[in-house]
Amino acid sequence: MATSAKNVRGLGSAGTGTQHHIRQRVTAIALAFLVPWFVYSIIVACKAGYAGALDWVAQPVNAILLILTLSAALYHMRLGMQTVIEDYIAKTGTKQTLLILSTFAVIALFAATILSVLKIWITAGA
Amino acid sequence: MAGSGPTDTRPLSPHVQIWKWHWTMAGSIFHRISGVGLYGGAFLIGAWLIALASGPEAYALVESIAFSLPGQILLFLWSMAVLYHFANGLRHLIWDGPMVGFSPKVASLWSMFNFAFAIIGAAVIWSLASFF
Repeated sequence: MATSAKNVRGLGSAGTGTQHHIRQRVTAIALAFLVPWFVYSIIVACKAGYAGALDWVAQPVNAILLILTLSAALYHMRLGMQTVIEDYIAKTGTKQTLLILSTFAVIALFAATILSVLKIWITAGA
Repeated sequence: MAGSGPTDTRPLSPHVQIWKWHWTMAGSIFHRISGVGLYGGAFLIGAWLIALASGPEAYALVESIAFSLPGQILLFLWSMAVLYHFANGLRHLIWDGPMVGFSPKVASLWSMFNFAFAIIGAAVIWSLASFF
């Protein structure tokens, strides 16, 4: 009953799908609550102009909800893009390059947006 | 990420062009298309937030782009993508949780509802946003 390892290696499940699936669903549940708030709020904030939008982000409740929305959305979309890349790109090198680029881009966006929220909140609270 | 050779030999997902178009198929592929669109949209929303933190000049630039005609069209498409992905995402959660809505008739109607929700919802939101 010996299995030739070289014949099966790389052909089966990667063994990490369950964690991916659960994280995709948990972020989705969070976003089901956060997105309606976000869509309403960002329209109100945009219509209020520069000063009004600053005042909106500077409210602690809004700053916290904004950080939660960004965190859940960016995690969710990184997972989603991972699935899209894995579905359509067969070449291992191209696939892994795109996966890494997507991860870097999302983390860069996360850092820049969270810092922006913190800057506005801290500046207003001084 | 299991491929050990230069090319993964596992089968790829069927590409969109080999499917016969029907409501549930369209519902599924537009979930993916709207998701990819929202991935891009997040960077634009992020640009708005970064501009807001950068100062009035940067914000004025982003505002002028957002209120231009291409910007408004893009924002309308973004809001439709949000509403569609939201509605269809809830359906995914209901599929996974209570596990209902799988019969062909219900599944087709639900897909139609989600498209209608996205289009009508975006129109209602933009009407309200421009009135108040």
